[in-house]
Amino acid sequence: MSRIGAKFDELRSRGEKALITFVTAGDPTLEATRDLVLEMEKRGADIIELGIPYSDPVAEGPVIMRANSRALKNKIRIKDIMGLVSDIRKTSEIPLVYLLYFNCILRYGPERFFSDCKSGGVDGIIVPDLPYEECDEIYGIAKDYGIDLIMLVAPTSRERIEKIAGKAGGFLYCVSSLGVTGVREKFSTDFKSFFECINRYSAVPKALGFGISTPAQAEELGKYCDGIIVGSAIVKRVEEGLAAGDFQARVGGLVAGLKSALEKVR
Amino acid sequence: MTEYRKGRYGRFGGQYVPETLMNALIELERSYYAARDDNEFLREYDFFLKEYAGRPSLLYYARKMTEELGGAKIYLKREDLNHTGSHKINNVLGQALLAKKMGKRRVIAETGAGQHGVATATAAALFNMECEIFMGSEDMERQSLNVFRMRLLGADVREVSSGTGTLKDATSEAFKEWAARVGDTYLVVGSVVGPHPYPEIVRDFQSVIGSEVRAQVLEKERRLPDCLIACVGGGSNAMGLFYPFIGCSGVEMVGVEAGGEGLNARHAASITKGSVGVMHGMKSFFLQDEDGQIDPVYSISAGLDYPGIGPQHAFLFESGRARYEPVTDAEAVEAFKYLTKTEGIIPALESAHAVAYALKLAPALPRDKILVVNLSGRGDKDVYSVARYMGVNVNE
Repeated sequence: MSRIGAKFDELRSRGEKALITFVTAGDPTLEATRDLVLEMEKRGADIIELGIPYSDPVAEGPVIMRANSRALKNKIRIKDIMGLVSDIRKTSEIPLVYLLYFNCILRYGPERFFSDCKSGGVDGIIVPDLPYEECDEIYGIAKDYGIDLIMLVAPTSRERIEKIAGKAGGFLYCVSSLGVTGVREKFSTDFKSFFECINRYSAVPKALGFGISTPAQAEELGKYCDGIIVGSAIVKRVEEGLAAGDFQARVGGLVAGLKSALEKVR
Repeated sequence: MTEYRKGRYGRFGGQYVPETLMNALIELERSYYAARDDNEFLREYDFFLKEYAGRPSLLYYARKMTEELGGAKIYLKREDLNHTGSHKINNVLGQALLAKKMGKRRVIAETGAGQHGVATATAAALFNMECEIFMGSEDMERQSLNVFRMRLLGADVREVSSGTGTLKDATSEAFKEWAARVGDTYLVVGSVVGPHPYPEIVRDFQSVIGSEVRAQVLEKERRLPDCLIACVGGGSNAMGLFYPFIGCSGVEMVGVEAGGEGLNARHAASITKGSVGVMHGMKSFFLQDEDGQIDPVYSISAGLDYPGIGPQHAFLFESGRARYEPVTDAEAVEAFKYLTKTEGIIPALESAHAVAYALKLAPALPRDKILVVNLSGRGDKDVYSVARYMGVNVNE
């Protein structure tokens, strides 16, 4: 079992929900990303997503797009991010997941990509622009290397949920609402029926993401699923702390707040 | 064209989109296939092409140009004479009617040069639909006249300043907007790009160009042409011209790419210099680096300023059925001036790329050969850009 599966098992045995946090790798620097990962782990994150910066991220809202631009301006390369993961693995066993666009895997070379993920210590990948219909292109090779291919389902997925869940590794990424990533004031999705439908078909853990930014939202939505994913709100703290250089403290504070909110959900 | 599976052209095409859009694409495919087989729908489409867009467009024998060049006989397919000034209206009328049939009350579109945006805004005005156009900030500046035109037509023009502020970024933002409002919104894709079924839909609606050329050239010459020439950005006017001729092995097909400032400088020649990748929902050729980051590209013509090409063209190239040649800004501007002076026709800068290649090719061919050049749009919108390029100060 991967670190991801083991982490969900461990949390479930304690009756806890997973806090999954996201940062863009290389925003503002790779060293900062390493420090942010370790800080988030210390403050209660259970799984961490590393966004691989991309020139044309079609699922991202403005906050993460700006983070991508900042990282790319620093000429961050995928092989450098692979190096960052190896570095983190020297001191941490926290499950690490890449979020990246399919073109990056294609150009890096799928074989080389999964081999490097395995040797570096990456546990899973999320590819927002690789739907069920196209995922066979890397499904087999990901499995061969033991990397979890984390699939996404959306409120619009309906009858597609069953077949998507059948391919899901690690956890099922449940998209809270339509549109791109980014903070939302409120949600119009009927989560009760969304998750009833998902639970009918899937035994893997379910995590809910897109637009969740506050501890109150985490507490409210945590009851529907096994974990909560927070991305843009964290990246926003990084952005806000750039000038003063105190982004690590800002991110740490938010993560701690989210974690204690989730601890109230049992 | 061999389609190994739905939406695939050889190894190209596909549906590389977020899950939030998959059911919307499936619904679009189902609705389109139903419309394609529905005589009522086709009659309505034909009616608007004829009575509103002004089809069929002329196939004009460019006698002066042919005689001056002293080689192959040159015909110009006059898509510039269509209502709204380019071939874009063919596709837009079809998709707007489809949107109406699907019960959508709002259309959105990306635009580069503004021709597709103007065509979409026009159809939205005609069919009483809400309309929002996504346009890169750089293109809004280059094509300010078309921005004003779209606003007059009642469309909202949304400025896209992310990335390079051009067609690529406008396309990404249009897809995002669609993902956020799939319920009431129809995305009118303007070229043979994007996830399946868009390349197929746009190809079908544009193939009226090639079908007319076929009938017109048979009538005038009693035979098929030897070579078809069209510019390619995403590639819709070229695909529209080529598609009805794909099975005719004697007909050569040339797509002309934007060579910009030259292939060792800034350009947008996706097939000549690109590699296989995935963007905007499709697998095709893209200009990109080793990590798959999409390169900033450049052409004097905003409509060709795109780092990729439609998957059907990628397949025609790989299978050897068509070839793709770059033409530089300088050559395109020369051709723009040449056609204007010689035939009294001001071509769009995009189309001037095709003309430029014809200027190179025709003299090398014997007089009994027949070339058809697709004049995809008119050049009024580009007069300022050309003046600027020539260093002439006109009152803007």
